Amino acid sequence: MRVTVVDYKAGNLASVEKALRALGAEVSVTERAEDIDQAQRIVLPGVGHFRATARLDASGMKLALMRAMARGVPLLGICVGMQWLYEGSTEAPDVAGVGWFRGRVTRFPAGGEKVPHVGWNELEIASATPLMRGVGSGEHAYFTHGWRAPVSEDAAAVTEYMGAFASASQRGRVCGVQFHPEKSGATGLRILRNFLEMDGC
Amino acid sequence: MLTRRVIACLDVRDGRVVKGVQFVDLVDAGDPAELARRHAEAGADEIVLLDITATHEGRGTLVDAVRRAAEQIFVPFTVGGGIRTLEDAAAVFAAGADKVSLNSAALAEPELIGRIGAEYGAQAVVVAIDARRGATGADPVLGARVYTHGGRRDAGRTVMEWAREAEERGAGEILLTSMDADGTRAGFDCELTAAVSGAASIPVIASGGAGSVEHFAEVFTAGRADAALAASIFHFGVASARELKAQLAGRGVAVRYPC
Repeated sequence: MRVTVVDYKAGNLASVEKALRALGAEVSVTERAEDIDQAQRIVLPGVGHFRATARLDASGMKLALMRAMARGVPLLGICVGMQWLYEGSTEAPDVAGVGWFRGRVTRFPAGGEKVPHVGWNELEIASATPLMRGVGSGEHAYFTHGWRAPVSEDAAAVTEYMGAFASASQRGRVCGVQFHPEKSGATGLRILRNFLEMDGC
Repeated sequence: MLTRRVIACLDVRDGRVVKGVQFVDLVDAGDPAELARRHAEAGADEIVLLDITATHEGRGTLVDAVRRAAEQIFVPFTVGGGIRTLEDAAAVFAAGADKVSLNSAALAEPELIGRIGAEYGAQAVVVAIDARRGATGADPVLGARVYTHGGRRDAGRTVMEWAREAEERGAGEILLTSMDADGTRAGFDCELTAAVSGAASIPVIASGGAGSVEHFAEVFTAGRADAALAASIFHFGVASARELKAQLAGRGVAVRYPC
């Protein structure tokens, strides 16, 4: 199974690559739109600031990713990569997301629990999706983020932290996870395997 | 609910684990990569590998051990010991670490926190603070001081002040080790942990003094710790992080269990 991992200089890709390889995937890393146009399956990782996604625009990769999504290429956005699939984020209001999922990403409220939200939290399955197949409500995943996506009709799983947010989303073959499946033990590997086994176009 | 993390720490010297969470069947401490894998499989929420040779003798971190360990563990993986520059951190990240832990280097050059954070994200930077309660002064907790070089050298600042600065400079987490409690197995310094955790909005990992399951329950409640680091839990009657967490769950502490 070939997977193209998109490098837009938003953090460390080594963990994502290793997890995919451990599952038997043949991983190539790219920062070129041409490679995305040829991709059969795409992972868009990302940690840190939403602003980093502006590099996708500048490099032409944003348009290539939108073309891939329109073609029905399975795509998995992780953390900021997931957030980018929404319309935008209050973290960088002048940088647009792609709007595949409805709604904007906002910061957790101040004055309650600690922000960022760091650690293992529970997934509650919101709808039956290929991405979350075999994952039960109450299983844990590893999170580290200060902004989160709203719960909408695209939510595949929701998580509670000062209210509910979308911890996984899927519409068509486009998926997003706010947690780090590559760091979420057996549950995370199951989700990555589901993504690798998802029907392609 | 967000759970409290139980973190397995492997102290590595010259490429071998010299002190760690020694399970019954792992009496020979041995290879860091193999032990990291075993601990992750045994339910640890996170793995920390500390190269304890690094600061003392100027060794680099064990990039090869990190690489081999990272191949096999799919929980967060932190590496510390001897990381002094962005380049040191980059080598460890490229080998598969998710976070680096900075101690004396961050004190000597606080800009390093932000520099690594700008490149890899704040979540990837843990600032480790070795603390001793103040010997004098009205409040030994608020007056607790930062130490370096394995607790031998006073860094000239208070723990509260340094924790605040580390957060402001972009640290993602604080690993707070009580040098008073370390090695005593008499319990974590819950008062100190609670003071730092209460002042910080980033997670605080408690370290030093664990001797029983009850100590973990205490540091997660009274100590307000977001995570606790375990070394040698074999010595107090549980065989694994999984069993420790089962007992914590039984006491009403939110943990990732089953795991």
